[in-house]
Amino acid sequence: MSSGSDTTEIIEAALLNGPRESAPDDAPRPRPRSLDAKASRADTVFRVVATSAGGTTVAIMLAVGVFLSIRAGDALQVAGFSFLTETEWSPETQTFGIAAVLFGTITIAVIAMCFSVPLALGTALLISEVVPGRVKSALVTLVDLMAAVPSVVFGLWGVFFLQANVIPVAQWISTYFGWIPFFAVTDADGNRLTDASAFTSSAFIAGMVVALMVVPTQTSVMREAFSQAPVGEREGALALGSTRWGMISTVVLPFGRGGVIGGTMLGLGRALGETIAVYMIISPIFEINWQVLKTGTNSVSALIALRYGESSQFGLSALMAAGLVLFLITLVVNFTASSIVARSRSGAESGA
Amino acid sequence: MMTDTITTLVDPAELEELEREIAPDADADADAGAETAPSGGRLGRTVVPARSDEPIGPRRAVRGVTLDDRFNLFGALAAALAVATLLFGWLTPMTGVVGWLVVAFLVFLGIYALLVAMRSDRQAVVDRVMTTMLYSAGAILLAALVFVVLYTVGRGIPAISHLNFFTETMKFAGPLDSLEVGGILHAIVGTLIQIGIALAITIPLGIATAVFLNEVGGRFARFVRTISDAMTALPSIVAGLFVYSAVITLITHQRSGFAASLAITVMMLPIVIRASDVVLRLVAGHLREASYALGASRWRTVWHVVLPTARSGLVTAVILGTARGVGETSPVLLTSGVTAVMNLNPFEGPMISLPLQVFDFVKSPEPNMIARGFGAAATLILLVLALFAIARVIGGKGPGQLSDRQRRAAGAASARDAERMSQRSRPAAATAIVEAPADPPRPPGASDGPDVPPGRPAPPEAQTPEERPA
Repeated sequence: MSSGSDTTEIIEAALLNGPRESAPDDAPRPRPRSLDAKASRADTVFRVVATSAGGTTVAIMLAVGVFLSIRAGDALQVAGFSFLTETEWSPETQTFGIAAVLFGTITIAVIAMCFSVPLALGTALLISEVVPGRVKSALVTLVDLMAAVPSVVFGLWGVFFLQANVIPVAQWISTYFGWIPFFAVTDADGNRLTDASAFTSSAFIAGMVVALMVVPTQTSVMREAFSQAPVGEREGALALGSTRWGMISTVVLPFGRGGVIGGTMLGLGRALGETIAVYMIISPIFEINWQVLKTGTNSVSALIALRYGESSQFGLSALMAAGLVLFLITLVVNFTASSIVARSRSGAESGA
Repeated sequence: MMTDTITTLVDPAELEELEREIAPDADADADAGAETAPSGGRLGRTVVPARSDEPIGPRRAVRGVTLDDRFNLFGALAAALAVATLLFGWLTPMTGVVGWLVVAFLVFLGIYALLVAMRSDRQAVVDRVMTTMLYSAGAILLAALVFVVLYTVGRGIPAISHLNFFTETMKFAGPLDSLEVGGILHAIVGTLIQIGIALAITIPLGIATAVFLNEVGGRFARFVRTISDAMTALPSIVAGLFVYSAVITLITHQRSGFAASLAITVMMLPIVIRASDVVLRLVAGHLREASYALGASRWRTVWHVVLPTARSGLVTAVILGTARGVGETSPVLLTSGVTAVMNLNPFEGPMISLPLQVFDFVKSPEPNMIARGFGAAATLILLVLALFAIARVIGGKGPGQLSDRQRRAAGAASARDAERMSQRSRPAAATAIVEAPADPPRPPGASDGPDVPPGRPAPPEAQTPEERPA
């Protein structure tokens, strides 16, 4: 990025200083000629075109942000702070808030992380440390491919296959671990439910599907971080008699810690914004449901997909406000993640 | 391999001899001053070990798996399967495939650790168990991927085995009609139109932005990079909501294929920018510098050096972006509208795309509609797989790495150039060499006016050496 101008500066410095040192002191020295280059017409055009492309990209992005903020303003003025605490969603009666949907979004994302982080960590270590070259590149390709599988396909799979097969597991967990509050499945009176229909369309199932969708992102970030662990330290650990896992836990994981945290958060950002697969699986409710195995949850994106069509202008504004909150959360998560990843790979860029 | 290695060996006897030799040398050095430095080659002389006729045994396998390891692995596996089956079939009332797998896996880990612990210490046990865990994580992921794809394609076969599924629309097909009637041609065409429009916007804009980030630079470029990173965080539904409320409710007042393309563009643009940015950053700086040193201007360097070098990577970036864009459902859900008929006009009326068609089909409880949904999903996933395969064939190589054919072509071109140069400049060569020291460095592009690096006086004669008369 800046390498071009650095090189120019070095050359300029060499040209300016070179003759001055070698010239005899008494000789009248010509003034060093200016090296300020005036760009040719073609170059000016190139620069303008490239800069305006960059400008357009920024403009599109800012348009999204600004437009969302302006349109969300109406609803936020009416709702005020209760927008974050109200669980109902009926803009027609002016009572609406995202407490329930936001809670559902976060529940699903956290469950997704519980499944995806161990999987991604294991796969990333497997790819970067264990398997030999050819298998490695095949695995990398497959993980990339997984990132390209459309979310509607994952949703189909979740609804038609996974749901039926996970319900017995969910029942088992709630039977034996029901004493942990969020694994319990009870009705309004606190009686335990054991019927399979109480376990369908839960945050647990949605979380599992979302986990599969974010694993590729996490795996590729973590793998990249692990493969940058210095060879010298690795060999040092092995030479001191450490086993492969010993080497991984003392060298690779500490060096890749930034990548692990950053990759996890990048995946979290994607999990928070996931729409279609979640929308297909869950059955939407508008109350805070701590029991993750029980039917019924919600998410901000599913709310938007559910209500955008029937909304009046004000309802649309309320949805915009919900979208804005979601956007801000994913933005914060993503920025934190990429700054952590960037810091962990400082100095790893190519010198060219 | 080991016998071929040249090793530096210093024989102890020889070392003594060397030390005796050095002592007088050191004295001589002290006398003669610093000018006769000791010749460094004498002390650490490299000796090629003589090959003896001793037979070298077979090469030892240092990485292989011993019989012991193999027994541990397969024994633990067999035991785990047996225990899990016993628990599920006979001893306890547990049911379900997933539960069976989980129990089998846990039992396997336990038994495996126990078996390894019989012969090795704690470190080795931890190593083996953790390695197994890593393999299992990879296996679970791959199994999930393969299973998702196969399950979708498998359940889609009843629909896609009828040819009419690809040649008809749903215009005359109701939910109760058999699979012999109706198809998804309109959705396929819709997807192609929408992705085509999105690509027509994304490719120039995305690659130009990536070029801007890498070649122009500066503070604004850093800002643009930050913004495009932020854009990847944009949830797809929010992109759809933006287009819905900005374009549809304010301007067009109807859902259309074009609005869907805009939403897809917003999603694809950051992906293409980031991927191209990475590819362009990998172009070796030496190539750029060589181009500048030959007097090429910035845009010529970009057009003739940077972009061609990164071509395969850029194509890959675009194809991967396309693969992601094709599968976007939620922005299209809000913007394109659902229809059962063919619509070729992206600016007028609803235009459905494949992912949305899948979503629409499976909302129906009718088994035939669900079968059609799986058929459309199978078509979609095969499309993505094909795009991905193309991307791997074209890309997968670093910038500047040529295929055999490209390398032969480049070699032939360069041989032709060398031939041409040698014919044209042979008479001039002698003069050129004599004059060379006096000549200022001469940009080869000196004759095309606007490309002369400004600020440098034009050479006395604006002729390249090969054009000079003998």
